[in-house]
Amino acid sequence: MSIISKVARRSISIRVSQQKRGYAAGTAQPQDGIQQGVAYSHLLKRGPEDALRNPELAHISAVNGETTKMNLFQAVNDAMSIALATDDNAVVFGEDVSFGGVFRATTGLAEKFGKDRVFNTPLTEQGIAGFAIGMAAVGHTAIAEIQFADYIFPAFDQLVNEAAKYRYRSGNQFNVGGLTVRAPCSAVGHGGHYHSQSPEAFFAHCPGLKIVSPRSPIQAKGLLLASIRDRNPVIFFEPKNLYRAAVEEVPVADYELPLGKAEVLKKGSDVTIVGYGAQMYTLENAIQLAEKKMPGLSCELIDLRTIVPWDVDTVVESVNKTGRLVIAHEAPKSSGMGAEIASTIMERCFLRLEAPIQRVCGWDTPFPLIFEKFYMPSMIRCFDAIKTSVNY
Amino acid sequence: MASAAGDSETIRITLPESSFEMFRTEERPSLEIDITKEKLMQMYTQMTTMRRMEMAADGMYKAKKIRGFCHLCNGQEAVSVGMEAAITSTDHVITAYRCHGFTYVRGGSIKSILAELMGRAEGISGGKGGSMHMFSESFYGGNGIVGAQVPLGAGVAFTQKYLDNPSVTFALYGDGASNQGQVFESFNMAKLWDLPVVFVCENNKYGMGTSANRSSASTEYFKRGDYIPGIKVNGMDALAVFRASEWAKEWTSSGKGPLVMELSTYRYGGHSMSDPGTTYRTREEIQHMRSTSDPITGMKTLLVDHGVATEADLKAIDKEARQIVDQAAKEAEASPEPDLKEFFTEIYVKGSETPSIRGREPGETHYY
Repeated sequence: MSIISKVARRSISIRVSQQKRGYAAGTAQPQDGIQQGVAYSHLLKRGPEDALRNPELAHISAVNGETTKMNLFQAVNDAMSIALATDDNAVVFGEDVSFGGVFRATTGLAEKFGKDRVFNTPLTEQGIAGFAIGMAAVGHTAIAEIQFADYIFPAFDQLVNEAAKYRYRSGNQFNVGGLTVRAPCSAVGHGGHYHSQSPEAFFAHCPGLKIVSPRSPIQAKGLLLASIRDRNPVIFFEPKNLYRAAVEEVPVADYELPLGKAEVLKKGSDVTIVGYGAQMYTLENAIQLAEKKMPGLSCELIDLRTIVPWDVDTVVESVNKTGRLVIAHEAPKSSGMGAEIASTIMERCFLRLEAPIQRVCGWDTPFPLIFEKFYMPSMIRCFDAIKTSVNY
Repeated sequence: MASAAGDSETIRITLPESSFEMFRTEERPSLEIDITKEKLMQMYTQMTTMRRMEMAADGMYKAKKIRGFCHLCNGQEAVSVGMEAAITSTDHVITAYRCHGFTYVRGGSIKSILAELMGRAEGISGGKGGSMHMFSESFYGGNGIVGAQVPLGAGVAFTQKYLDNPSVTFALYGDGASNQGQVFESFNMAKLWDLPVVFVCENNKYGMGTSANRSSASTEYFKRGDYIPGIKVNGMDALAVFRASEWAKEWTSSGKGPLVMELSTYRYGGHSMSDPGTTYRTREEIQHMRSTSDPITGMKTLLVDHGVATEADLKAIDKEARQIVDQAAKEAEASPEPDLKEFFTEIYVKGSETPSIRGREPGETHYY
């Protein structure tokens, strides 16, 4: 399923074939001279040296520098495969995961590891979460899949009242560190009310849970392995729009990326821009547009990666340097993660701020079907916020 | 149309012995149906029109005129048509996302359904709901979250009892949804309070990609209500569904409390347009069901055998249905998308909204 490419590739001019499917994250025509979308992103590491140049992966390139081309669902699949191979007590379950899952993230796992380790559950989110928590309480590694993040709400009670509080309420006699819940999230172009939501903020409000969201295949594999092995319950939100669209040369080794640590994707001096998940590509384009329209402007782009606990120090250090902050996320504005980040930065960097903190988020409406284009915090809107911040 | 137009002549149809299986009750619906030719023809027409409508939606989806998720009911026409034949607008229906057929029989025009699928202003939900959220009088959708509609159905039934309205509320869910906790919560409330609700499990053998016997410890869905009497019906036979629904309505209207009704049916298509429907079952199986149990073919055979209509009559109806659907599709496609101001409406009741809502960035605010 993954294409092994042993030939080292030059990462100069990469011909990326535009996917024909209407909902691929990429527009045919450049807008304002910016070629938008994941297919054209420079954030993705399309060559092996590019991928391994990452300081966080330095430890593996010495041992095993082999990489292979993977998209996001393949990277997630690989991470779970490694987790199952290295931990005898790990199991993967959820709705329809046996044949590979609705996004193919679990393809081949049942065949490779057996039906007693990779199995379907009935259609019962509350049951899945509770069942997973029970397993984890005994020390198993339970990797549960919720088919779409929009369906996670029946499991909300289990996650918030059981999983999050297990260690605390038992005085550390028990814990559900082995619990990882994976769910595809975020907009896909036509998902409508119940296949597009980004519910991270609901869970961010609950102490005891960790929330992680990767932007790319390399990130997904490393962060998922770290999430599975982290001794806290972790909710892993995978932006569904990136499953096929984001393709990188992913190291085949077993590696983890640190939780709770943001990554500075682009260094800059004038304005700090923070996001996570699929929004990173929109922000990349917004920065390209901003730096084009305002020559001399230098933007710093930060991917939180872990939404809870988010890397306050990295963002503070950046804002202390730039004095300006723009936060973007698909979830609605009111009480979204942006609100939390803005408040904290206001507290920590008040005297260094040169402009009000800008939040570019979804509208305070249910996620619409036909109006999706107007709802999304698009490139132009993010650019607008950068401009407002810089010109304040 | 030749022989049976507007024909109020009644004929007697005897259903096969195997049509009904009972649980926890000695009563059972009789196998004898006295039905007018007109009503039979109407049922046939509805089924064939529904089939054409779904096929039109299929084509439009593949042409990318419909986006998002689209769950078609090809093969399951007997369920909605049979049920509707037994009830009136003072009875209530709520179902899950495979709702186009129900919307149609509960009064939605084909144009409004197709327009809704394409997200147009003349769609039955103003273009804001899409495939899974279609509503009409006494039809509460159209629900996207699996199983969530079942407690709603219990609540609707409660109001009917409260208002002293002898009626039936059909709360439908699938074999996949039958394992949701909230379904059992609804069973308990309904039996505890004697609610006039019929929980209908539309068992089409697959919960998306998982076959019923791999998701359910007991696939005898009509018995899953435990303390609630149950009936299992051949859901591919519109007349069996009709008879059972009539019987169920008598039951709830006479204050006997809830029922669980399992309709054994089958879907030819995948779970939705995003699912080919062949990765978890064989093409032979689908073909077999189509050739031996198709509800429309079954009704056709019955009509011809009982002399209600000739093959030619029925072919004419099929043709007319196709024309009607094509015309509606054309009109729906030509209709405009909703005005952008609809993006902000109906979040809260009109007049009670906050003065403004915030958009994507500080400058983008909508004032009501």
